[in-house]
Formats: sequence, C-alpha cells, structure tokens
Amino acid sequence: MNIFDMTIHELHTELKSKRISSVEATKALLERIKSVEPQVGSFITVTPEQALATAAVADKRIAEGECNLLTGIPLALKDIFLTEGIRTTCGSRILDNFIPPYSATSWEKLRDRGAVLLGKLNQDEFAMGSSNESSAFGVTRNPWNTAHIPGGSSGGSAAAVAASEAIATLGTDTGGSIRQPASHCGCVGLKPTYGRVSRYGVIAYASSLDQVGPLTRDVADCATMLEAIAGHDPKDSTSVDTAVPDYTASLKNGVKGLKIGLPKEYFIAGLDPDVQSAMDAAIETYRRLGAEFVDITLPHTDYAVATYYLIATAEASSNLARYDGVRFGHRAEADGLLDMYTRSRSEGFGVEVKRRIMLGTYALSSGYYDAYYVKAQKVRTLIMNDFIKAFADVDVMLTPVAPTPAFKIGEKVNDPLQMYLSDIFTIPVNLAGTCALSLPAGFSASGLPIGLQLIGKPFGEEDLLRAGYAFEQATEWHTRKATI
Amino acid sequence: MRYQPVIGLEVHVQLLTDTKIFCGCSTKFGAEPNSQTCPVCLGLPGALPVLNKKVVEFAIKAGLSTNCSITPRSIFARKNYFYPDLPKGYQISQFEDPICQWGWLDIKIDGEESKRISITRIHMEEDAGKLVHGELSGQNDGSGVDLNRACTPLLEVVSEPDLRSSDEAVSYLKQLHQIVTWLGICDGNMEEGSFRCDANVSVMPVGSDTFGTRAEIKNVNSFKFVKQAIEYEIQRQIDLIEDGGTVVQETRLFDPNSGTTRSMRSKEEAHDYRYFPDPDLVPLVISEEWVERSRQELPELPEQRQQRFMAELGLPPYDAEVLTASRALADYFEAGVAAGGNAKTVGNWIMGEITRALNDSGTPIESCPVSPVQLAELLKLIDNGTISGKIAKTVFDEMWRSGKAPQSIVEEQGLVQVSDTGAIESIIDEIMAANAAQVEDYRGGKDKMFGFFVGQVMKASKGKANPSVVNELLLNKLKG
Repeated sequence: MNIFDMTIHELHTELKSKRISSVEATKALLERIKSVEPQVGSFITVTPEQALATAAVADKRIAEGECNLLTGIPLALKDIFLTEGIRTTCGSRILDNFIPPYSATSWEKLRDRGAVLLGKLNQDEFAMGSSNESSAFGVTRNPWNTAHIPGGSSGGSAAAVAASEAIATLGTDTGGSIRQPASHCGCVGLKPTYGRVSRYGVIAYASSLDQVGPLTRDVADCATMLEAIAGHDPKDSTSVDTAVPDYTASLKNGVKGLKIGLPKEYFIAGLDPDVQSAMDAAIETYRRLGAEFVDITLPHTDYAVATYYLIATAEASSNLARYDGVRFGHRAEADGLLDMYTRSRSEGFGVEVKRRIMLGTYALSSGYYDAYYVKAQKVRTLIMNDFIKAFADVDVMLTPVAPTPAFKIGEKVNDPLQMYLSDIFTIPVNLAGTCALSLPAGFSASGLPIGLQLIGKPFGEEDLLRAGYAFEQATEWHTRKATI
Repeated sequence: MRYQPVIGLEVHVQLLTDTKIFCGCSTKFGAEPNSQTCPVCLGLPGALPVLNKKVVEFAIKAGLSTNCSITPRSIFARKNYFYPDLPKGYQISQFEDPICQWGWLDIKIDGEESKRISITRIHMEEDAGKLVHGELSGQNDGSGVDLNRACTPLLEVVSEPDLRSSDEAVSYLKQLHQIVTWLGICDGNMEEGSFRCDANVSVMPVGSDTFGTRAEIKNVNSFKFVKQAIEYEIQRQIDLIEDGGTVVQETRLFDPNSGTTRSMRSKEEAHDYRYFPDPDLVPLVISEEWVERSRQELPELPEQRQQRFMAELGLPPYDAEVLTASRALADYFEAGVAAGGNAKTVGNWIMGEITRALNDSGTPIESCPVSPVQLAELLKLIDNGTISGKIAKTVFDEMWRSGKAPQSIVEEQGLVQVSDTGAIESIIDEIMAANAAQVEDYRGGKDKMFGFFVGQVMKASKGKANPSVVNELLLNKLKG
C-alpha cells in the first residue's frame, strides 16, 4: 500500500511500530504532491522544509515513546487558517503577501500533537464560493474528473484528501464549504456544531456561521481529528465550554434503534436521479442495519438560501473591512487616503467577494436594515425552530449533501444564483448552528462521487460519527480511490 | 425674540482598567507607539474579541451611581466606518440594548433649586488608535498610526436634551466627572482625553416646545471649553436665525484657540454606520445577584457623604460640599477626624493651609506629605496650649517640608508656647521700660497702642508667648 493512500490510523500503526518514519511518510506525500499538483491544484503554498523539519522532530518524539494518533501524520490546512510565519492568503490577492504573526488555535492543537504541516490549501476567495473557481490562485480540479470542480469553498482540502496529497485536512464550513466538496470528492467531511471548535485565527467570512472541521478518508479519522481540535478556547467567546467526548469510543455502537428523519423538503423534484438512487440505497442500508426511519418536515427550508445570503453577506461586509491596505496585505499605489482604500480593495478583492460585500453593505444600510437583516434573523430563528421540533422525534436526519454531483468547471461561473443553489441542503444546518457529516455514498453514472449528509442535534457529533461508521462498515464507497 | 437653548451631552469616560476591553494588552498611557498591541487590537485576520469583565463591573458601578437600570441582557454591536486609526473597519460598541439605561443626576446651580437631568443610556465601547503625523512614519509628509490606544475601554454617557444653559451643562459635567473619579473607574484627566465631551446644541423661541435643529460639537476637553463652546454655538445659531437663516444638522468642531466652532461634516456627509449585533460576542447576561453585589460594593457617594458630614459631624453645607469634592479629600478629612481632630477645625485646616500648600506645589491630596494623623496631632498641640495657632502654621510648613511629626518639630525648635506669667511679665516690663513714651500715649487715651505692645511682646518671645496670657497681663500692667 502507498503511504500517501493511508488513513491516519493506518499510518499511525506504521509510525508507532517504526516500520515507517514520519520523515519517510512526509517525503512520500511531498513526492505525491509534486506529481499530481499540476493536474489538481489543491495547494496554494507547499512547505517542504518546514514539513521535513517537523517530521524529524516527530520521529524523535516517537523514538522517545511518545506517539499519539497524530504524531508525525502529514496534514494540510485550508489557506484560511493562520499559520505563524507561513503565508496565509485566504485565496485572495489582498493577502498574497501576508505572513501571520500567530497561529489558529485549531492548528496549534494539531501541531502540539505532533502533526506535520505539508502546506496551505486552495479555496474560494475568503471562502465565498461552491466550486473553488473564485480563488485568486487558480482553480482546483476534481481528482475524479479534472474537468469538474472539486466543490467549495474547501475545495483544496477535499481534493488533497481525494488525490492523496495529504492524509487528512482541515476546512471551514459556512454554508456547506466542508460537506459539499467532501461529497464531490468522495471523502468524509464534518461540520461540527457552532461553538464546538475555536474560530480563533481562522479568517472570518460570516462569523455567526463559520465553523472549522476535518476532511478525511474515513469516519474513524474524522473522529480522531475532531477530538484533537474540539473544545473551549478562551480566545473565542463563541466557543462553548462543554466537555469533549471520546468520539472514537462510541464509534462501534451501531445504529440499531437509531431514529433517522427524512425531511421531505430535501427530497425534491429536480434532484439528480443518481443522487436520488444513492439516497435510496443508503436508506436501505441503514434499514438493514436496524435503524428506523421517520418522515419529518423542516417547513422553512425554502427560505434558507435567501436568509443565508443576507446574514452571511452582512457579516462579511463588516468582517472584510479590515483589508484596507493600512496595516497588512495589499496596498495599492495611491494618491491620498480614499484613493488608497478604493484602489487597494478594488485590486485586492475578486468579483465574488466584491459582490458579497455589496450585498451585505446594502442589507445593513439605514432604511433597509429592518427589511433585510432583521427579517433574515427572524427567519433564521424559524429555521432553528424547525430543527428543534424535528429533533424531538429523531436522533439524526439523512439527506443528500448537494442536489447534483460536481458540475463542470466554468459551468456556473456566470450564474451566481445557480451556484448559490448548490448549497441548498447544507445551508440550513449552518443557520441552525447544528452539526452534519458528509459521507461517500455512491457514484454517478459518469463516475463522480455522491455524498450523503447526516445531520445531528447540537453537540450530537457522536451520533453522526457512530452512524457514519456503521454505514462505512456496510459499504465500500470510501475505499475507492480516484485514479489520478 | 428671546431664545431658549437646549443641550444634551455625550460624555466619553475612559476606564481605569489595567488591560484593554477586548484583549490583554496594557492600557498605560504614553508608551512607545504600537508597543501595546496584539492580533486582537491590531485587527489582524482571524483575531477575536473577548470581553474584559472589569469593564462590565465598572459600567455597572457607573450605572448604579447615576440611578440607571442595568440591562439584564445587553448586546455589543459593530459600528462600521473606515478610518486608518480604526483597525477592524468597525468599532465594537453597543447600540440597541446598552448596559445601563434610564438614569438621572440632580444638578445644583448656586441659588437655584436642584434640577433633574435624565441620562438616556450608558454603553461600553472600544476606543480607536490615533494618527501621528510626520515623526512616526519617518517621512516628512507621511502619517503613521499608533494603535496603543485602540481597544481601550470607554463608557459613553448620553444625557437627554434636558440642559438649558452652558452653566447647567458644566454643572452636570462636573457632577458626572466627580462620580466617575470618585468611583475610581476613570482618572478624569480631561487634557489626556480620559474624560471628554460632545455637546448637542439647539435653540428654540422661549415658550416653544419644539426643539430647533441641533449641531453636534466635538472636541471639547475642559470645563471651560464646554462653557465657551456651548455659548459660542448658542449665539451663532441665534444670529443665524435672526439673520433669516436656518440651522443645519451637522457636526462641528470646537477650536479652543479661537473659542469658535466650525463645520466638520453635514448631515448628507454623515456616516451610515450600519450597526448590527457583533456575532463574535455573545449577549452579555447580568444577573440580579451581580447587580446587587455591585450595589453593595459601591462606595458612599459624594451626595450621601455630604449629608452625613452635615448630620453627624455638624459641618456647614458649604464645608461639606468642599470637603467632598473628591473621594480622596473626603477620606483625608475623615481620617483627620478619626484621629481625634475636631471636625470643624480639621475642615478649616484642610480648606485653608492644606489646600493652599497643595495648590502651591501642584500636589494631589493623595500624596499630601502631611498625613491626616499628623494634622490631628498638630491640632491637638494647639488645643492643649502647647503652641499657638500662629506657631502652628510655622510648624505645619516644617511638617510639609520635612515630613516630621509636629511634636518633634516643636521640641527641636523650642516652639513650646510660654504661658508662665512670671516669664511673660518680665518681658512686658522690659518692653514698657524701653517704650516709656508709648506707655504715656496709651495711658493718655490712645487705646490703639495696645496692639503695638502685643506685637512687641510676641516679637520678643519669638512668637511663643501665649497670646491670651499676654493680653491679660498687658492690660493689667498698662493700666498702671
């Protein structure tokens, strides 16, 4: 077996038994990156020297008998995570020279466990997009079919796992940005409950929706990564101070008697037939494993996308005000202050980011605030209540991740509304603030991966991982490899 | 036509916390530019604010001391605008649901009944940094940004437009200043901007109940300037109206050099701040227990202390007011009384000698070299006849200089009062012998000469003779 194809658990066994060193593993991954990057484009920055140096340290730790599950494991991060001393661009030209003086809490936690950073992954600019086409550093291609998008905004994070360029990665999910690319690239992606993982040091897109999560080859790896990054952070007031469970311990508890809700609003006409049949098959699998299905309703689903594009853009318009050319990032040659602001931001931001800043500024403007922002917050509450009510009867929900498999590069670039609708099944989860898991659940006729979404109660990640693990044991979708 | 001014004040109170409102950086004034900064107050990508609990405690104290209700669930909001001293492109402030609401202060103008001024709200917010022109950037025409002040905690205290004159405005401002310094939540330094004020001023015809269009005056940083700025603005608006013009809603800047205000930006140029709740901060929940605990911890406020000084210590109202001008002064006074001083006498000494010495040397009462206990000891020496009141002033000056105890100064310098009649009589005899002509004058009916003899005796005794003994003996001897 190729080292670069291994899961965290497989590689850990090799490292611990000293059959493979972290340096060897890191070299194998760096070689792999070198050979497939021209076709995939997962990375914005590769950091070979730092990676090998950290790997050598990890090997020393292992030699001294200290080997937790992440010691010496080569990982990569979406370029939205601040990494001290390593350029962090957020996929934007405005940050193309930004070297952060500090690191994101989630990365620090992985680093402290001995993980090795291979580099920083491509993404939609400021996490705004569903296809990775809005990156200022070129598109990322789907390893299963390079004419297709990998999904977004954590497209590089998903593609890197699918193309075996990293053992696992971190992404962020504001409206589906972990789950949709995970689904399109055939890997496991988890959006934890809002507040479960610190947002400190993660470049903000929409602060009330952003959440950090892992993208991995299988559910057990996902549990391991979540365990490492979850928990209260005194530096993030919105991170929640509840104990982090042992997610791995409950993985094998099975799904017998688990009540799974099927929200009727998510099984709509117009759902791609291949996606529909993958869902049907998944339901059949769970039924066979002893789960019970309940038809439920989330009546305000139709309003979710509109609500999201008011709240997310409003927050973004404010979050992105700090990119003004004054203290860091791109500063244009200019004549006076206003000119400096205008030019720096005009040159630094791409078209989708500008579109969202405009939308959000409008939604917050005096005279429109009540009609747009306040109304959207009220609808958000209704959507949350939908979930609370539905979860009174079920443990988890099962839905598609996206209405179609990955579309072609360029297909929706000029139709932002169509692009926005590709997140229709993932957005409500962010608005409700709860957790959801994307799992490989089949392939389209043309060979593109199809994902299944399990939605859990707030802080119900254990249920999701246990249900995901049971599905994985009963199927083999996750074992298939992209032939790149 | 006669005009009625209408004034409301917005006061920014910089809080005396050791660290900033949303990060752990020091708030110390005057450090090397940008040396007291971190990712949070620099507004770096990914940084998040964490609320300083001390700021909340200070805000609650300010609210309770100004009769406000404390909001059980208050919200932080972002005020969005671009300026180089504002690192995030927004200021974290409070908009809807500020921490304190619906308060009031009773102000008193000499000779008038007290008047209640409503306080609309008190909210917490972060300060901006400041621009430094020339020097910092190292370029002659460049400007730099110093973010040491960015993210330092402020309270904004907003009054209703209840004030009707510049005197009322100053009186309100002084009382607020006294309260926040009394509470120890602000150093009150107006020059450094720790306590600064914007004034909303309008005028309307006397008898009208419709307010005129208001102008907001910024940058008023002393009590004197507040009075000056408001008076100038009232007159400007009246002149404008009398000349057939109309007052426009605008922000005006006060220029302390000329004592005038000038337009800064019009309503049309006003920012749309696009306030919305800050998603990085959870709603601030303040329990009733917390409010009660704060109420218990409140010090006795100036008004209450004045009442007590009058009722318990028998001070006249004027003395009580002067002695509660600041908490430190009132503490000093009480410590002096506690050490055995007579309240009225301690008060007189504080208002007299001590205030004079403090003012002359620019010393705050907190670092007065003569402790209240030493003052009480000094007064005891007068009471028991050891020294005269006049000598006491000399002793006091020496105490101020050397910090020595009054008893030892008196002993070292031999200043003990002479009450021994024999000793004084022999001095009187000498004086009378040396001034026979004056004795004759006195005996001839020139009563005024008595003062001359007192002066001579005191001089000869180097001020140590007991004045009442001198008087009594002189009177007898001069009668012949």
